Amino acid sequence: MEVQKTTLYNYHKNLGAKFVPFAGYEMPIQYKEGIVKEHISTRSYAGFFDVSHMGQFFLEGDDTLINALEKIIPADLKSLKLNHSKYSFLLNENGGIIDDLIITKTLKGFCIILNAACKNNDVKEISKFLSKDHKYFMNSDLSLIALQGPKSVEILEKLTPGVSNLKFMTGANFNFEGKNLYITRSGYTGEDGFEISIPNQKVEKLIQFLIDNKVNPVGLGARDTLRLEAGLCLYGHDLNQEINPIEANLKWAIAKRRREEGGFNGWEKIKELLTSGSNKKRVGILPEGRVIARENTKIFSEQGEEIGVITSGTFGPSVKAPVAMGYVNSNFSKIGTKIQLEVRGKKHEAKVSELPFFKKSYVK
Amino acid sequence: MVVNMSEKKFSKKHEWVSLDGDTATVGITKHATEMLGDIVFVEVPEAGKIVEKDGQAAVVESTKAASDVYSPISGEIIEGNKSIVDDPGNVNSDPEGASWFFKIKLKNKSELDSLMSITEYEKFVAENPS
Repeated sequence: MEVQKTTLYNYHKNLGAKFVPFAGYEMPIQYKEGIVKEHISTRSYAGFFDVSHMGQFFLEGDDTLINALEKIIPADLKSLKLNHSKYSFLLNENGGIIDDLIITKTLKGFCIILNAACKNNDVKEISKFLSKDHKYFMNSDLSLIALQGPKSVEILEKLTPGVSNLKFMTGANFNFEGKNLYITRSGYTGEDGFEISIPNQKVEKLIQFLIDNKVNPVGLGARDTLRLEAGLCLYGHDLNQEINPIEANLKWAIAKRRREEGGFNGWEKIKELLTSGSNKKRVGILPEGRVIARENTKIFSEQGEEIGVITSGTFGPSVKAPVAMGYVNSNFSKIGTKIQLEVRGKKHEAKVSELPFFKKSYVK
Repeated sequence: MVVNMSEKKFSKKHEWVSLDGDTATVGITKHATEMLGDIVFVEVPEAGKIVEKDGQAAVVESTKAASDVYSPISGEIIEGNKSIVDDPGNVNSDPEGASWFFKIKLKNKSELDSLMSITEYEKFVAENPS
């Protein structure tokens, strides 16, 4: 498959971006300032991220659409109010996570933001449950820009007055030079911020506005350090088809009504695990000292028994220490449990930690 | 071949070597730090360790990834630079000066002949962009 580019590709180039192939796209991993500065300026001021590679998938239909989607998504879509969003998943028959997503109730149905690497397969999986009365399409005429950080609201309010009234995980339509923007208060950094769905032909103008307001571009590198400090999962690393939401410690993302009533892929497995507990569990991990435990690092108990594996690990620029998450045998998942990480053949002390590593500041 | 004390030699793996008698100082080049990005972790070898030419001798990690640092020459480690272990960001600010990685007692001076001069290294970097 040919490598794809987002509408902003040349713009990124002019901003000094270094590109990497990611999910079939050429995406900026960092700009001139580098990952640490991009990370810090997002937390102290604001940063913008081009996330137009992600799927903006729209579904339209009557109430039967809700029933269809609830067969593969364990969120309470029946009671999801207009312009409200939920974090959820597509589940396979064993309860494994096909993708994690944000679903928003729209006037005609739903909008789902899908991971770039999964989006084509996701459509296949979702469409298995749809009928001819349901309309669906991936909208590639839209770009998606995340604006994250404490100054985001003040800055965006100047462009689209009223965004400051949005609460976390809600959205609304705004007018920008005669074009419709759909803006939600959400993100993937642990900071207050917005995701702006905007027609491709207007996206450069939006970016120019942000740059004029001293908002720096942020690449995938800092996106990863920010989300990991915020304790958020990255699909393909912390989540995959072999892992279910109970193991992933994401039970909260399965609606209470759905947990009780079931009627979705993998419910039997999940119901069983809700009572018995899972054998393994996703936990936060803080290595002692400076050593960085990256993905696939083996985890051992103090007694030397292999008990799990790291799925994400990096240096947290705001925590000012290495941070990681991974899966351990549930007997070792209690916060504070001492564990050992094998890095380059040597065992290093670490402990199971609370998530997030960096405290969030969402506007609720 | 006579090696000028002040003259640095460079490897294809982006290490530099400068010689003082039979002691060499080894570090990574500015170009290497630019490719790596923000350096957040460094591991240097202990004194007494024997390293082979092109053998793994140290580790450098950026926010992106971990990389091995190879010794461009064989010998015995005299000292690892503890100051970059305590403050890895210093490697970004002064890679070819104060932020050297290790000092090594040379086993075979002729190994230096296979390394590049600054002009050759600059040409190599230009022809092999990352």
